Amino acid sequence: MPKPETVIVDTDLLILGGGMAACGAAVEAAHWAKKHGLKVTLVDKAAVDRSGAVAMGLSAINQYVGLKDGANSVKDYVDYVRNDLMGVTREDLVANIARHVDSSVHLFEKWGLPIWKDEAGKYVHEGRWQLMINGESYKVVVAEAAKNALLGDGVGQIFERVFIVGPLMDGDRCAGAIGFSVRENKIYLFRAKATLVTLGGAVHVFKPRSSGEGMGRAWYPPWNSGSSAYFTLKAGAEMTCQEVRFIPVRFKDAYGPVGAWFLLFKSRATNAMGGNYMVERGSELEKWGPYGRVKPIPANLRNYLGMLDVLEGKGPLFMRTEEALTKIAEQYKDDPKAYQKKMKELESEAWEDFLDMTISQAILWAASNVQPEQKSSEIAAAEPYFIGSHSGASGAWVSGPEDLQTAETKSEYFWGYPNMSTVKGLFCAGDASGASSHKFSSGSHAEGRIAAKSAIRFVVENNSLPQLDPAEVEKIVAQVLKPLETFEGNRKLTTDEDVNPNYIRPRAFMFRLQKIMDEYAGGVTAQFTTNKAQLERALELLAFLKEDSEKLAASNTHELMRCWENVHRMWQAEAHVRTMLFRGETRWPGYYMRSDTPTLNEEKWHVFANCRCDPKTGKWEMLTRPIFHIFEQPKAQEPATPQPAMAR
Amino acid sequence: MPSYVNPDKCDGCRALDRTACQYICPNDLMVLNKDIQKAYNRDPAMCWECYNCVKICPTQAIQIRGYADFVPLGAQVTPLRSTDSIMWTVKFRNGNLKRFKFPIRTTPEGTAAPDGGFQSGDDLNSAALFTEPASLGLPAVFSLDQKGDARA
Repeated sequence: MPKPETVIVDTDLLILGGGMAACGAAVEAAHWAKKHGLKVTLVDKAAVDRSGAVAMGLSAINQYVGLKDGANSVKDYVDYVRNDLMGVTREDLVANIARHVDSSVHLFEKWGLPIWKDEAGKYVHEGRWQLMINGESYKVVVAEAAKNALLGDGVGQIFERVFIVGPLMDGDRCAGAIGFSVRENKIYLFRAKATLVTLGGAVHVFKPRSSGEGMGRAWYPPWNSGSSAYFTLKAGAEMTCQEVRFIPVRFKDAYGPVGAWFLLFKSRATNAMGGNYMVERGSELEKWGPYGRVKPIPANLRNYLGMLDVLEGKGPLFMRTEEALTKIAEQYKDDPKAYQKKMKELESEAWEDFLDMTISQAILWAASNVQPEQKSSEIAAAEPYFIGSHSGASGAWVSGPEDLQTAETKSEYFWGYPNMSTVKGLFCAGDASGASSHKFSSGSHAEGRIAAKSAIRFVVENNSLPQLDPAEVEKIVAQVLKPLETFEGNRKLTTDEDVNPNYIRPRAFMFRLQKIMDEYAGGVTAQFTTNKAQLERALELLAFLKEDSEKLAASNTHELMRCWENVHRMWQAEAHVRTMLFRGETRWPGYYMRSDTPTLNEEKWHVFANCRCDPKTGKWEMLTRPIFHIFEQPKAQEPATPQPAMAR
Repeated sequence: MPSYVNPDKCDGCRALDRTACQYICPNDLMVLNKDIQKAYNRDPAMCWECYNCVKICPTQAIQIRGYADFVPLGAQVTPLRSTDSIMWTVKFRNGNLKRFKFPIRTTPEGTAAPDGGFQSGDDLNSAALFTEPASLGLPAVFSLDQKGDARA
């Protein structure tokens, strides 16, 4: 392959990523950029119409607070999130998203997203915070508004199929990003006054349950490859909640959503003997401090009770669809016509739940001749994911807004620009920002808007283009392209391009990472359990892997992307292992258990566990940050909300 | 192989300015074999079965065969997407058929106005996003000076 052309793009605001947060950022940034004569550039590794975690669609909007109807307050949402995350939440960040998220949802509706309404014209809720939608084209509609905003008035430009490798720095200020096209032989150097990272979470860091073709059927999409974590870590940003992984319990293997069955059909989940672990193991909840007493029960604790049954040999766990449907039939036993109508409605809703967001589940049910009225379907805990937007919390440590601080929080949580990381000019949203869980699709869009407005203000107040050191840039370009050279220079040394003592191809590299994480860092094989000795062993093995990442080999630009995706995953993995090792307690059983420190230690560890890797020395620093409330707390934390909420 | 291409139907999008499936695949999997002008999925184990290639294909040449390591053979789930709705045909292994139709958008394609018709603001230093407070349906954006438990 000939040496690629190097293209330099100068811009004011650089938006990295094309998912929900990026699209929110584009819409917001375009407005303020036009007013201030600035330019906005968005870079997506795929096509914005169908990129990111909402590429397939969604069957619900999981965050809608309902402020205008007085349904809930901002504080209600903050309480819900803090409780679900076992007390570890930045209230200022969650409140900031909660006060804006309804705006994004109202815009989605104007743009053309069908949101279900009842006869009185009110949104139909699946749970307290969840709205039902016909969401096959959710991303298409949201992307259309973003593209119209950026391209309509000429304030912006969009690069598709450009993969972002990492940051460019000007001293301690983020100066932009380096990436390459997977369609053309081009390297891109984006030079920007402010950079907004919305590069998604991380999938395939752990070995998935399916290791053949079905590996692709991850619950979160396989193209979320840890790029946010890598970018922010390499820029030297402080990270938070890197230990807080998420494990969804879903229909087994295809990972279809369970929300409709729990909430619309009022189905129960039981073990193989018909025992309801949520009832039978109720006393287990008392071991988990105030968080075991809140309603809804935190997602990890619900997971944990089911896991205990599986460990005891009481699996499989089942969604009791036949029982739920029989109950509904009994309600209508005197009115067969109404029963038929109701069942037709429910059947359509249940299938749409799959077809809008996990079509594989529809295939699996059809291929297994599943008739839910006759037979239960298996549910299971999936593998661990890094997803700051859902019930995970990993991401960069970012500033909150000034007007949501108290005298106590201001010195810890505020440094000038909402959603700016600890690196000057580097902003984060969606899966890239940490300790602000449960933003989902709508909250990620709203957070993208918050971060974009903040970043534009930063540009207006710091209106100088960062400088790049040409020698440094040359070094980085060579590093980015190295896997292509490694392959070309060595491939003829053996008769099989896959087996070569001088390099490792990206697929094998990923398998090696996944095996380390699975066995030592509490993956599926280890029943989500780990300890100090195992984590230290993981770090030893990760150190070899990191050395060998210098020998990754790529035969084309697609494979070059795969190489870098796996380097990104590896950095996410290391931050995760180091932070699990640092936090000497078990706080989120059901996500991971430390067998050597198996209990909650509220006195010592009711804090954020943060980390930072010094970009110059490569040394990791572990530190704690205090958890403060921005809303007054009652003395004893009692459940405020009896309603169940099932996140998808 | 999660997505697969029927060679009799695939024309390599010769009439278009780009190969549709290659353009849309979020994971960069669909590629055109230029020698035979047919598309294929280069890495089935990285396919999410998101169906975006199936939905976009102008000749309906792409289908999905469930993951070989856990899905029994014989089912088929086929979408037909128009500008405002999608029709799904679910064929079971035992031959049963189900059909569902769902709306996908309420506005004509291309018409999404960024401000959604809400009045926009011009204070870069305020907490309000550019469509707020109008798009919230509230007189003002919530702030901490309001009582925390107020129904803001």
